[in-house]
Amino acid sequence: MTSNDTPAEDMPMVRFDGVTKRYGPLTVLDELQLDIARNEKVAIIGPSGSGKTTVLRMLMTLERIDEGVIWVDGEPLTHMHRNGALAPADTAHLRRVRGKIGMVFQHFNLFPHMTALGNCIEAPRRVLGLSAAEAEARAVELLDMVGLGDKVQHYPAQLSGGQQQRVAIARALAMRPKVMLFDEVTSALDPELVGEVLQVIRTLGSEHDLTMLMVTHQMGFAKEFADRVCFFYAGKIAEQNTPDAIFGDPQNERTKQFLRAVLDAV
Amino acid sequence: MIWDWGYTFEILPVLAKASIVTIEATLLGFVLAAVLGLVFAILRMSDNPYIGIPTAGIVEFIRSTPLLIQIFFIYFVFPEFGVTLNALTAGVIALGLHYGTYCSEVYRAGIEGVPRGQWEAATALNLSPYDTFKDIIIPQAIPPVVPALGNYLVALFKETPLLSAIAVLELMQTAKILGSQTFRYTEPITLVGLFFLVMSLVSAAAIRALERHLDRRYAR
Repeated sequence: MTSNDTPAEDMPMVRFDGVTKRYGPLTVLDELQLDIARNEKVAIIGPSGSGKTTVLRMLMTLERIDEGVIWVDGEPLTHMHRNGALAPADTAHLRRVRGKIGMVFQHFNLFPHMTALGNCIEAPRRVLGLSAAEAEARAVELLDMVGLGDKVQHYPAQLSGGQQQRVAIARALAMRPKVMLFDEVTSALDPELVGEVLQVIRTLGSEHDLTMLMVTHQMGFAKEFADRVCFFYAGKIAEQNTPDAIFGDPQNERTKQFLRAVLDAV
Repeated sequence: MIWDWGYTFEILPVLAKASIVTIEATLLGFVLAAVLGLVFAILRMSDNPYIGIPTAGIVEFIRSTPLLIQIFFIYFVFPEFGVTLNALTAGVIALGLHYGTYCSEVYRAGIEGVPRGQWEAATALNLSPYDTFKDIIIPQAIPPVVPALGNYLVALFKETPLLSAIAVLELMQTAKILGSQTFRYTEPITLVGLFFLVMSLVSAAAIRALERHLDRRYAR
């Protein structure tokens, strides 16, 4: 990346430093303080409206923040160094740092006019400047990894929801991000298709050096997969701990209520 | 008998030649309209108020003034500013500008119809605004609006007789000249009307065929 930025190995991979997000009078996130270590897998849970999806969307720069600074891989994402101080980032800076992050969406957001392969080679070719052959080789390898090696020429409409979501994962990985964001990636899927997507994420977590941040309603998966679970309530982290502690012995009254409600529903 | 077949066959080759000018003006005008419309639509959506608002003003201005006045303006007033154009060029520019503003509204609807998630996926993949438009948004925004654009093609075609006002030798002007030479207007004017009728029907059918093709191609 940049030569003059010292690689900050001691810095967390992602740092939210006093980040606040408001929609008009509503404060969605209130001075969020959150560090995510390299290769850490963090699950974000909480009731709807607690600001958990906003955390991912701010990190992907899909939402502007009102206060605070987001750091990625030792450098500011939302800001840039200028005359020794931090100033709001310009487009070029935003694009460069954003390249370290990939995101998978609840509704896949595949490009419907492109094949699975086309979806996976578009950005590597246009943004990273790979040749067609390089981009294709990389895409085929990733589509293979998510179990869709035989579907590369299929259009999204010809694929099931689970298959589409796996293409979306391959598409994000093709950009070689350091951080992967998963925003309720199984919420739009039929129950029988959830497993195949979670299996891909499981494989990713165990075989790749990736920092992962996921908003999820799959408590079972969060418990098994995450290194840490953050429970969001009303724009704040009400409680965070290891999955065993959060699910086995929650301390916060809100956490207890939420888990009771969620686990009862299953 | 009012209708003179002999005279009809005599003027047919003359009108056929003039119809080429009409078709030329239509196609050139529409290509200009289609391109300008896209440019207007994109500029109008710009986040920069110094681009978006003036564009909106220009579009509204052109849309709200009569095409005939614009044709006259470009042909007779532009020379005052040192821009002298031949009649056909002036006519094509006027048609393209005027219909470009209509097309821009159509494109805008098409672009706004692309789900927000497509923009967000493009951002997440770090695509530049240019690549996002070119590869992601435009290919999805255009197919649904092809029928609406096609309607404007037919509408523009039917407005080409206005070019006779600046003496472009298209069908209408030619028919008027023929009429004034022989004092027989029935045949030339009827033939011109028939020509527009047939061409409009053919174009409408062609647009429907294109629509079906795009539906198949971009079936979701």
